[in-house]
Amino acid sequence: MPLGLLKYGLSSKYPARRHFPPAKDLKRSYDVVIIGGGGHGLAAAYYLARDYGITNVAVLDKGYLAGGNTARNTAIIRSNYLTPEGVRFYEESMRLYRELSEEFSYNILYSVRGHFTLAHTDAAMRTSRWRAEVNKHLGVDSELIYPDDIRKLCPSMNLSDDVRYPILGALYHPPGAIARHDAVAWGYAAGAARRGVEIHQMTEVTGILTENGRVKGVETNRGTIHCNKVLQAVAGSSSLVGKMAGLRLPIRTIPLQACVSVPLKPFLDQIVVSGSLHVYVSQSSRGELVMGGSTDPYALYSTRSTLDFKESLLGHMLELFPFLGEVSVLRQWAGMTDMTPDFSPVMGLTPIENYYIDSGWGTWGFKATPICGRTMADTVATGVAPKLIEPFRLSRFDEFAQVGEKGAASVGH
Amino acid sequence: MNGTGVNGAGMNGAGRLPAPAGRLIDRNRTVQFNFEGRSYEGFAGDTIASALAANDVWLLSRSFKYRRPRGVLTMAGQDANTLVQIGPEPNVLADRRSIGNGISVLGQNYDGSLENDRGRWVESFGRFMPVGFYYKAFYKPKSAWKFWERVIRNKAGLGKVDVDAHHGYFDKQYLFADVAVIGGGPAGLSAALQAAEAGAEVILVDDTPELGGSLNYARFDGSGEMARTVGGELRAAVALTPNIRVLSAATCTGWFSDNWLPVIAGDRLYKMRAKAVVMATGSIEQPMVFRNNDLPGVMLGSAAQRLISFYGVKPGRRAVVATANADGYGVALDLIEAGVAVQAVVDLRPSVAPSPLAKAIFNRGIRVVTGHTIAEAMPSAARDRVAGVLVAEITGEGTFAQAAETIECDLVCMSVGYTPAGQLLHHAGTKFFYDRASHMFQPGVVPAHVFPAGSVNGTYNLDTVIAEGRHAGWAAAKDAGLAAGAEPAMSGEKGAAGQTHPWPIFPHPKGKDFVDFDEDLQVKDLINGLADGYDNIELLKRYSTVGMGPSQGRHSAVAAVRITAKETGRDIAGMSVTTQRPPYMPEKFGHLAGRVFEPERHTAMHHRHIEAGAKMMVAGLWYRPAFYGPSENREQAIREEVLSVRENVGLIDVSTLGGLDIRGADAAEFLNRLYTFAYAKQPVGRSRYVLMTEQAGAIIDDGVACRFHDEHFYVTATTGGVDAVYRQMLFWNAQWRLDVDVANVTAAYAGVNIAGPRSREVLQKLCDDVDLSAEAFPYMGVRTGTVAGVPVRLLRVGFVGELGYEIHIPASQGEVVWDALMAAGQPFSIRPFGVEAQRVLRLEKGHIIVGQDTDGLTHPYEADMAWAISRKKPFFVGGRSIEIQAEKGLTRKLVGFTLDDPQAPVPEECHLVIRGGAIVGRVTSAVRSPSVGKVIGLAYVAPDQAEVGQSFDIRIGGGRMIEARVVPIPFYDPENKRQEM
Repeated sequence: MPLGLLKYGLSSKYPARRHFPPAKDLKRSYDVVIIGGGGHGLAAAYYLARDYGITNVAVLDKGYLAGGNTARNTAIIRSNYLTPEGVRFYEESMRLYRELSEEFSYNILYSVRGHFTLAHTDAAMRTSRWRAEVNKHLGVDSELIYPDDIRKLCPSMNLSDDVRYPILGALYHPPGAIARHDAVAWGYAAGAARRGVEIHQMTEVTGILTENGRVKGVETNRGTIHCNKVLQAVAGSSSLVGKMAGLRLPIRTIPLQACVSVPLKPFLDQIVVSGSLHVYVSQSSRGELVMGGSTDPYALYSTRSTLDFKESLLGHMLELFPFLGEVSVLRQWAGMTDMTPDFSPVMGLTPIENYYIDSGWGTWGFKATPICGRTMADTVATGVAPKLIEPFRLSRFDEFAQVGEKGAASVGH
Repeated sequence: MNGTGVNGAGMNGAGRLPAPAGRLIDRNRTVQFNFEGRSYEGFAGDTIASALAANDVWLLSRSFKYRRPRGVLTMAGQDANTLVQIGPEPNVLADRRSIGNGISVLGQNYDGSLENDRGRWVESFGRFMPVGFYYKAFYKPKSAWKFWERVIRNKAGLGKVDVDAHHGYFDKQYLFADVAVIGGGPAGLSAALQAAEAGAEVILVDDTPELGGSLNYARFDGSGEMARTVGGELRAAVALTPNIRVLSAATCTGWFSDNWLPVIAGDRLYKMRAKAVVMATGSIEQPMVFRNNDLPGVMLGSAAQRLISFYGVKPGRRAVVATANADGYGVALDLIEAGVAVQAVVDLRPSVAPSPLAKAIFNRGIRVVTGHTIAEAMPSAARDRVAGVLVAEITGEGTFAQAAETIECDLVCMSVGYTPAGQLLHHAGTKFFYDRASHMFQPGVVPAHVFPAGSVNGTYNLDTVIAEGRHAGWAAAKDAGLAAGAEPAMSGEKGAAGQTHPWPIFPHPKGKDFVDFDEDLQVKDLINGLADGYDNIELLKRYSTVGMGPSQGRHSAVAAVRITAKETGRDIAGMSVTTQRPPYMPEKFGHLAGRVFEPERHTAMHHRHIEAGAKMMVAGLWYRPAFYGPSENREQAIREEVLSVRENVGLIDVSTLGGLDIRGADAAEFLNRLYTFAYAKQPVGRSRYVLMTEQAGAIIDDGVACRFHDEHFYVTATTGGVDAVYRQMLFWNAQWRLDVDVANVTAAYAGVNIAGPRSREVLQKLCDDVDLSAEAFPYMGVRTGTVAGVPVRLLRVGFVGELGYEIHIPASQGEVVWDALMAAGQPFSIRPFGVEAQRVLRLEKGHIIVGQDTDGLTHPYEADMAWAISRKKPFFVGGRSIEIQAEKGLTRKLVGFTLDDPQAPVPEECHLVIRGGAIVGRVTSAVRSPSVGKVIGLAYVAPDQAEVGQSFDIRIGGGRMIEARVVPIPFYDPENKRQEM
């Protein structure tokens, strides 16, 4: 029995440790307002407080804490990207992830599982090799492997030729991991709150105040807040919030759905992704299969679920794992993903002075949470975007300097 | 186990009650099955749980976290207490699944045996497992979690999968209804009848084997006669109505936009589209919370009634009924009639509200204790069944007096209230609001074309339920566009008040007072979660996992809201339950997958390739021959196919290439705007290369445009690209409104390319209406004519770099022409070649493959295709972007290369070009060329190393660097004489 739990068992009264203070009144002004109380916004608040001593900060969320895409993603963490810019960025994120539990004194259930990106076509094999070569060049553990190797690592997968899309190989990324998404956000929230950051749930931003091209504050459903700096860190509504500030973002918002099975005894350790079959799956520590497919075929600001998503996903799941026919889906849900043209995020400065942006996180935002927080805190504090995120600047679309990551997307599009 | 084994096997029927109890079982048909290795008998119509209960087996499974013994809770398939394993099928609802002859059933989540679980020690460590305990520990040192995660994973989970199992047969069927009625209780039956009377085609979906809902098990008057009469009448009327189709034992698992309803019955998933839906889904009886409220033998009042009425099973010998409404008295009456000794009715209310049911109990002299609660249930010696309860006086909300009376019993029935079974309404976007008068959540605004009726809508009084059902059926039929007639009267008391106790929660200092049975969550777990700061219901749900188990909060959500409101000092009236998401009941992967529709596209010549021994490869939805011959001869086959084209004649199936007919006065202008080249002055009878870029200038497809008429172009596209090209064409055509029509004729034409120095001679034998001479039909010419008597389009194009003809044939005649060409070519030793040989041949000519030699950002200058851009025209899609990027200067360039070292291995596609430790490019294609006799390839390199003669380094497998040298392309026949013969 780990020592951390002894006090719970041995004390007569539950030793509650309030992770976040109770709701407070909004102040009239703050140094920094962060729009969006998901993982990214909370992480930025945390590092602003921890590394820069900036604590007069309000994190605003229109719903409850981390209830947007932080709560809805399938919690996969990897750095096996295609571009050197992407690989370096996500690798740094993974490095931070590995330290988070100890840093927070809160277990984010970071679980290294190994990550397969299955290739069913020559084109997918080429992309896998490309990613493997770029990854290895940058010190990231990735390898193109073949069905015999896959069989050894994940014997339950159907590697037969006698299927519609036989598996030709896979990009194998041993450090690929999953974590408890809520815990990541809560850890950041607790750490930020402990340092004085205010977190305001059910506080919706309804307007952005600017003057002479400089941000002055935000309007909310609870009144106007004045501030020197604003960080926009919302997901699903990036283009709408950007519009309030007068920004036209190169983002289309498309629903992405997911579902979980009933809990099962462990049989799948790895994270398995197939772009051709529009499947990604891992088994959580609770025993549920956490599954996703491809984004919906049209743009929509909605988190409704559909039946055809499940039909397609489970059809393909059974191609990979035919023995799961009798297993059931327990729950399905949807999130809204902010897709950019090059499948890379939009981070850093904007044409509005002191208005900073962390958006365009499409289907890949969770894994970047720590590094986004860190680099956006740096950006907000210093007014300069660090080199690591410079390639993701908003102006890249005007400069024909896109960072093409479509080939590294797990989710079918 | 109490008594099992003594009166267990072979005693089927002994514990059974006489008819009319047991309405679902057929006592003439016994069924033998196994549970936990022992053989039992039940009757046809029994569920696993009822058959075991008839054999006095009450322990069915072990709980998720503490491995506590669990048994029947609802008898309605609503809870996770009865999840069992049948062969490879995990998490089967034992109180819903029928027994089958010879099935083997196991409990779940134990080590050793169900009765003696070696994992039971977990519970004694329960106090070291506070809410969210896994967040609070196991993270120091880092390796700790790796160990503990495995421990937790093995303890968690419920059923097991068998990785060798084959998935069974499942299928799907579409259904269409004017009015769908979900729920076959009094409201649903009435709604179905009314809608049918209005002329609607009605589909009535009910998840039990027999229509009637609560009429089939509950009591509405002292004698029980009312339910029997009303139920019989409604059922008979439905049976006589031809335009009501009944789906029994069928579960509607979700509501999706526009009344798109999945209904699962047996092995089938019905997908129903209904013009209007009546939601008559009823309500879910809620358990009480007290210490050990999860012991087998503690169940909902309605569960006991179902056991009696449906299966003729006596739910216990001595019972205590805890209640706060009239229905509890109905339960007590049913128990008495079933021969169960009702020790006491414990009524939580200060006094008993008058009702015919309560009156009947008083008349029978049954002990009724008001203002009291069950403070604790006590386990039997074996700890796997309830043996008695402590009954104590209620002293305040959720508190009770120390002094308590012990009452021995083996059955505890809980009848303290309901919550609407509003999941489908939730899916439809309806919010639920707390109603102070009834202490229940009630649906708010429902969307158009959805009509709630009955207890899901807060209506409990039977007459009113029927009236409301009638009204909903009328409204739904009217909504579906039928002349529904006069509006039925809607009157009467809803009867919601007095059904549900506001606080049936009695925390115990020693805990084990379960709010959520699925997740083993006690009252203190929720209170402590709130104290940790997770102080709204959604955060508490995520932190504590309340409502996240297999029953999705059906029995815990309301209690969790009550506790949250109280602990945070908020008014429950302002709160809502957490969002319910589909599905309402778990849906098997097999149901959702069905028979799995994976379309395959076969070309007209598919069977000829198979007969010729081709190794087929996937190309989008198509299959194409990769090469001909056994896999082990791959390299040799490809080489021979290449040489046969170079030296003789070969034939390839190119049917999968896209084909688009562009017709109209603006056809040339349309192509001018869509593609990079110029088409206005393209002569009729000639083809030109086409290269398509997107708005940012990236290459997305290529092909040729053949002009057959001033106003008709036939444009080819790549196999993988044609659908996107067609979409682009439709999109831009809509924008520009030019005078053109676009038709995707890919599937209308089969295509072959006959290529090689002897190709003209072969074709000549089959074609007598086109002059094939070089002068009359030169390279890049296009003609229409007949081949083997079939009208075709002939294209002299040269992807492989030899004299050759692409022949585009009406698809129905593809095989005929293929056969004719093979026959005509026989004297010339013609042989078919596959995609692999074609890839080699095109690389020898330096032709790119879009998607292989380009990526999502490649613009034409980078691909060294400036020659394909017309600068004279004012506009084409991507043109502006291409010029901006060209002016900025290139960051990479595609070059041809060879390896000077004859021993060097062939680099693989996507091996990197490295300079000074940095990635500057990659190999996109490489092969050891049979025609050129060395390794050739295409690669992106830095612009300043792209001149012919410069060298660069490629890192190949194993990290080794090899040197490559830039050479001009084409590698083969640099003057392009052969294709122009």
